[in-house]
Amino acid sequence: MDSLHLSKFKVMDSLHLSKVKDMDSLHLSKVKDMDSLPFSPQDRGLVSHPPPTGPGIMGGPYTQQPHGGFTPGSTPGYPQPQGQTGQMGNSMPYGDGLNSSFGKLNFQSPESRVVNLLQERNVIPPDGVETVKPNLAPDFKKLNCSPDIFRCTLTTIPQSQSLLNKARLPLGILIHPFKDLTQLPVIQSSVIVRCRSCRTYINPFVAFIDNRRWKCNLCYRINEAPEEFQYDPVSKTFGDPMRRPEMKSATIEFIASSEYMLRPPQPAVYLFLLDVSFNAISTGYLSSFCQILDDELDRIPGDARTLVGFITYDSSLYFFNLSEGLSAPQLLVVSDIEDVFLPMPDGLLTNLRDCKDLVKDLLSQLPKMFEGNKETNSALGAAMQAGLKMMTATGGRISVFQTCLPSVGPGSLQAREDPNARAGKAVAHLGPATDFYKKYALDCSAQQIAVDIFFLNGQYADITSIACASKFSGGDLHYYPMLHSVANPAEVERFENDLRRYLTRKIGFESVMRVRCTKGLSIHTFHGNFFVRSTDLLSLPNINPDAGFGMQVSIEDNLHESSTVSFQAALLYTSSKGERRIRVHNLCLPVTNQLTDVFSGADQQAIAGLLAKMAVDRSLSSSLMDAREAMVNACMDAISAYASSIPASQRIGTLPCCYSIRLLPMYTLALLKSAAFRVGVSTKLDDRVFFMEMCKSLPLNYILLKLYPSMYPVHNLEDKNSISKDDQMIPQPPHLQLSSANLDRQGVFLLDAGDEMFLYVGGAVSDLFCQEVLDKPNFLSVPDGMTDLPELENPTSERLRNFINYLQDQRPFHSKFLVVREDSKARMQFFKYMVEDKTEASMSYYEYLQSIQKQLKG
Amino acid sequence: MAFTFAAFCYILALILTAFLIFFAIYHVSTLRLVLPEYGIHALFTILFVFAWQWGTVLLNVPLIAYHVNRYLHRPVMSGPGLYDPTSIMNADELSRAQKEGWVKLAFYLLSFFYYLYSMIYVLVTS
Repeated sequence: MDSLHLSKFKVMDSLHLSKVKDMDSLHLSKVKDMDSLPFSPQDRGLVSHPPPTGPGIMGGPYTQQPHGGFTPGSTPGYPQPQGQTGQMGNSMPYGDGLNSSFGKLNFQSPESRVVNLLQERNVIPPDGVETVKPNLAPDFKKLNCSPDIFRCTLTTIPQSQSLLNKARLPLGILIHPFKDLTQLPVIQSSVIVRCRSCRTYINPFVAFIDNRRWKCNLCYRINEAPEEFQYDPVSKTFGDPMRRPEMKSATIEFIASSEYMLRPPQPAVYLFLLDVSFNAISTGYLSSFCQILDDELDRIPGDARTLVGFITYDSSLYFFNLSEGLSAPQLLVVSDIEDVFLPMPDGLLTNLRDCKDLVKDLLSQLPKMFEGNKETNSALGAAMQAGLKMMTATGGRISVFQTCLPSVGPGSLQAREDPNARAGKAVAHLGPATDFYKKYALDCSAQQIAVDIFFLNGQYADITSIACASKFSGGDLHYYPMLHSVANPAEVERFENDLRRYLTRKIGFESVMRVRCTKGLSIHTFHGNFFVRSTDLLSLPNINPDAGFGMQVSIEDNLHESSTVSFQAALLYTSSKGERRIRVHNLCLPVTNQLTDVFSGADQQAIAGLLAKMAVDRSLSSSLMDAREAMVNACMDAISAYASSIPASQRIGTLPCCYSIRLLPMYTLALLKSAAFRVGVSTKLDDRVFFMEMCKSLPLNYILLKLYPSMYPVHNLEDKNSISKDDQMIPQPPHLQLSSANLDRQGVFLLDAGDEMFLYVGGAVSDLFCQEVLDKPNFLSVPDGMTDLPELENPTSERLRNFINYLQDQRPFHSKFLVVREDSKARMQFFKYMVEDKTEASMSYYEYLQSIQKQLKG
Repeated sequence: MAFTFAAFCYILALILTAFLIFFAIYHVSTLRLVLPEYGIHALFTILFVFAWQWGTVLLNVPLIAYHVNRYLHRPVMSGPGLYDPTSIMNADELSRAQKEGWVKLAFYLLSFFYYLYSMIYVLVTS
């Protein structure tokens, strides 16, 4: 009975099932919409693919990577203190290595420069942290996948595991596979060219031996290209296969044929599970929800087949019959929650297009229907089971809105948190209390159903346990603590904006993702929300544009066959219009046998992102303190490995660090102080667990913003350096490091922490600024708790508002905004982000560096 | 030469170990096992206690302790079983589980011959 459950799942690996058809028919491939577009080298003829949902997220760099070496917890003595350079000599001639490192350190790329961390305190450039680009040949460089989509912790891959072990940096990739893109080439071709042995999709990094044969860049097999591959759809001529769109773009989408389907593409199906217990009604979320859904009903992705349904629940389940032909929705109550059944076989899911009036009618009635509900119990588990039964035939998405601890029926939970232990070091209950939700998720996954959960609870609701329903079904999680329509309008605004985006964003159904890599590399641990169906296939009943994934990579064989390695992520999904599509991303990276190149190519942001994911796993499998220690050791190992790779003369009395990993200590400290991993500061268990879930499943740029927010001085915005967008001038103030020393009393500072932003107003701010921006005569009259800026018509106000809107537009979620006076009570919310400051429970950045230096010597 | 209880135990253990070897192979290939394996192993170890075969018991106690520990630290799950379907496909865990299978296979094979030898020894000496 050791249930692997594998047998339960239909093998849906269509990515591998498809047979390579011999092309008997030489039909010319159509490339949709392509003919009309210029095929200039700049845009490489990308067919614009309008993101159906609102503005594209043009978020910052998004890195991810996994790698194997998260063992530092067990290595208090990092391997090579000083004088280890001799060992390095084994892999590279000592003299040469020394010279080349010298040369590079002093005269070559800035990435390999030595930074003395104890002296150089300004480690973040004014225009933000740079994104590392792999050091490839120019023609490959311009073809490579955008770092917002695909990133590797090491942009230069070490040739062997032993070299990687010397660098002591984690190796892994971070992917944001379904990111909203403004440009995406879409290809409809009668044959999709793939390697016959490893099934890799043809990509810009394969080598053409002649016009007919190509060598796979992953397994090195030589394949025949079909004749039609020489047809260039743009110029409509035969000849050069290099002109094909597949060869010109590292990110591409294919419209798949029936070979890639096990059943006809499913319709878009949306089911909403709404908590209507006493607690839920008192938060007032239900009217927000109904209002927003009513507004957005026409923009929900789908086609003529789209189905919607609703179940509300307290200690009973309430179903709504929305069958065509009814004049009003019919309420059906089921109070037997131990053995859930559906009150009627059809009619609970209704065609959105045909019965829109009925749905609108229901949405207008719902808030009134449960007004004054006194039932405090919540039968979440039963409602979920009913939802699964309703959707078994189709698959789709279940959206759950939960405001309290599920207390009755299957899946009921106990309050486990001890409020007095919130600041303690031993954090208990990080793992689920029951496997009910996990088993439920696997059942959902087998039926192509994903569960998304909105937690709207003020009290402990055991997110740990309930979140499993999302984690293993490819869903996503949202958390609005203390949501209340009267007491917390800022949170309601965030909820409403996020919900709007959630309802209208792109969605892919019944999808699977497979990541392949060059022979010699192997992917071994996955991070994100999915179920791993076989060792390399991720089952994603739904894919959404805000989901990120990480994978750790190890080097199994020496990579000497080629000077580059490649990763390919292929995501097969059904669009909301019922089309089967494959989105393919390719990342190509150079290989080196030099330790200095490995260091100078390190991507510190990606490393931080991967460390966070690995630390979450460690917290669950071992303990929080263990995870903290592992992070500290991982940082220390990397720095000591670097220190031992440079000549002794550069080490004396300093803390040398490679420029490319100079932020590693800062990011580590930020992780240690984050809500997920901090100790000694009162942290609610739900807050902690939710942050951990975000570390696992958010795309890199968003999680970095939460970890180490951006801070800008905004009292002096200038048009100089500004960029223009939609006829507006967007000022670009410099980034400041998160230290109180960077604040001054005359200034005003904007702190952008992803889902919240603060405008910190210093006590000696000029009266003019208060008048021009805040519409108040002076500092003393600025009220506490302002949540937006007045729209005043003067350049200072416009610049600041433009800048804030610009930041807001770059992310798919809404940021709360709060004006914080220097002397206001809310200032602690602002100062908790000052990562570099010392607090009662934690070290300052400088102290942390000193402790690293001490241990390096010790 | 007499057919003692100890000899009976060894014969039984011999047969059961043959089964365990099959279980171990099955384990390595599919990662499905496991309660029967733990049960059978515990059963004949207890029989050895009654047969006063302390040396043999001593040989098996570490494995029993390991089994108990393993089961106490299994992931939260309502059914029996040891492996969490959501994490076993991570290569780290997979290789660990497979390694464990191989080590056990070796242990059972050695045990098999040890029991064979002991059985004959007991039969001959008693």
